[in-house]
Amino acid sequence: MALQNYLDFEKPILDLEQKIAEMRSMSDKFDISSEINKLEYKVNILRKDIFEKLTPWQIVQLARHPERPYTLDYIYLMTNNFTELHGDRYYGDDKAIVGGFANLGDKPVMIIGQQKGRDTKSNIYRNFGMPNPEGYRKALRLMKLAEKFNRPVITLIDTPGAFPGIEAEERGQAEAIARNLIEMSNLHVPIIVVIIGEGASGGALGIGIGDRVLMLQYCWYSVISPESCSSILWRSWDYKEQAADALKLTSKDMLRFKIIDRIIDEPVGGAHRNHKEAAEILKKALLEELDGVSKIKKDKLLDNRIKKFGEMGFWKD
Amino acid sequence: MAWFKRSKDNIASDTQKRDVPDGTWIKCPECSEMMHKMQWESNMYLCTKCGHHFRIGSEEYFKILLDEDSFKEMDKKLRSVDPLNFEDTKPYKTRINDTMKSTDLSDAIRTGTGKINSIDVVICCMDFGFIGGSMGSVVGEKISRAIDKAIKTKYPLLIISSSGGARMMEGAISLMQLAKTSTKLAKLNEEKIPYISILTNPTTGGSTASFSMLGDLNIAEPKALIAFAGPRVVKQATGKDLPPGFQRAEFLLEHGFIDFIVNRKDMKDKLTQLLKLICN
Repeated sequence: MALQNYLDFEKPILDLEQKIAEMRSMSDKFDISSEINKLEYKVNILRKDIFEKLTPWQIVQLARHPERPYTLDYIYLMTNNFTELHGDRYYGDDKAIVGGFANLGDKPVMIIGQQKGRDTKSNIYRNFGMPNPEGYRKALRLMKLAEKFNRPVITLIDTPGAFPGIEAEERGQAEAIARNLIEMSNLHVPIIVVIIGEGASGGALGIGIGDRVLMLQYCWYSVISPESCSSILWRSWDYKEQAADALKLTSKDMLRFKIIDRIIDEPVGGAHRNHKEAAEILKKALLEELDGVSKIKKDKLLDNRIKKFGEMGFWKD
Repeated sequence: MAWFKRSKDNIASDTQKRDVPDGTWIKCPECSEMMHKMQWESNMYLCTKCGHHFRIGSEEYFKILLDEDSFKEMDKKLRSVDPLNFEDTKPYKTRINDTMKSTDLSDAIRTGTGKINSIDVVICCMDFGFIGGSMGSVVGEKISRAIDKAIKTKYPLLIISSSGGARMMEGAISLMQLAKTSTKLAKLNEEKIPYISILTNPTTGGSTASFSMLGDLNIAEPKALIAFAGPRVVKQATGKDLPPGFQRAEFLLEHGFIDFIVNRKDMKDKLTQLLKLICN
């Protein structure tokens, strides 16, 4: 897949790939297969080299890659019969959160996630994936439907944060998120959470309580974005790379701190290089997890969920 | 007297020096009234002229709300650690130690049991003076244990919030304290034990987006700033002028997010009345 947008550190890989593609197009005229093989070997080494040494800031950039698969991409690639449902029944329909019933394999599920746009127009429509209170309230309404019809819930997290607007505050952004936290803690069906891109603060956590929390390899999860952290603690926007380091926001860190249960590998070069493969990997993992949680008795499920989040944190007594 | 008077209030939160040496005078930041410290203290740290609610800490709230000598502190020894090895302009470890020394507090919340006009309660009070009342693992764990205590004793739970939000120096671990406190409150709910949330100036960010907004009853002090994103962030993000009184307690009352506003002087009586109405 040719990328329209690429990150600085992806450039050397893409250059080589382009060269290989050019050589391939000439290969019917000349026999250059050994050269192509050599270059392919080289690009593999280079890719491995770059992706094994990604800095936290580079991972943040990958998580925000404009060609990364978003919630609806995963939904369309992983599920059948997706029926999108709209509205919170109080105020409106937030386009930054989508959700509905679908079949994942042969399993009926409720799937909900934050949705970003791909270009300026769709980003304005989706509010850059920054939900308003009605988005969280819609998500909760859908989860309650799932509970009523005994369907497991899958949530996909990908947001730069809950929208910090005047109207969002008027309509109770904090209350909407807080309500979801307490309601999701007590939802009588299994919940599986996946961080598929950016997991920024309360805006992410607002659909982030679950029995299993998974995270794609090149995502970030934090209490604040590296940019905002830099501006508050260093009083300048220039320390975002240091802030990304300091915040320990990568999937490996999350696993180490027991904030997530499992890292889902991405296709070579990141999920944006192969949407289909990324979705296949995620689908397989989700089916395994659904299988696991469906075996747990309901009372035990809720006890475990409260225990899981109740144990989070580090202190000395 | 200044030649030019500011026409609008500064949007920055009104920080006051709390540690004024004895015998000095206190100036009200709202109306510039000068008060003697003793006069101010006996007025529950309100301005004697305009009633401005000065920010106070847990020590003062416990004194104001609880019957004399009834407070029994819990989990006094809980201390923050530095799981991220976090360093900005100062290492987090140093920041904690310095703050512990300068404030004589161990973290941004104190919890325990006490009596309000002879009614037993579990009470938690945050201290904004400790790294902006930020919620890290210790705040989360102390609230969590206070909830356990409320479940065990069946005492109603009171949390007095004063917080700038989650503690950045603990990264996603501090974010998880929103989840932790809320899941524990879900359990408290199941047990049908009352929880009254008292929101004071300021309550913003992670605290508001979790336990502070989840009271069976949410009550606030007059003019307290209560927000998800603080006014500076909203202004920066939207580029719009903020309406007058935006995110103040009165604004939240008008928009349906708190039950009522109560003057600090009436807080104890009002809580007593409420607790009698809802507790068996």
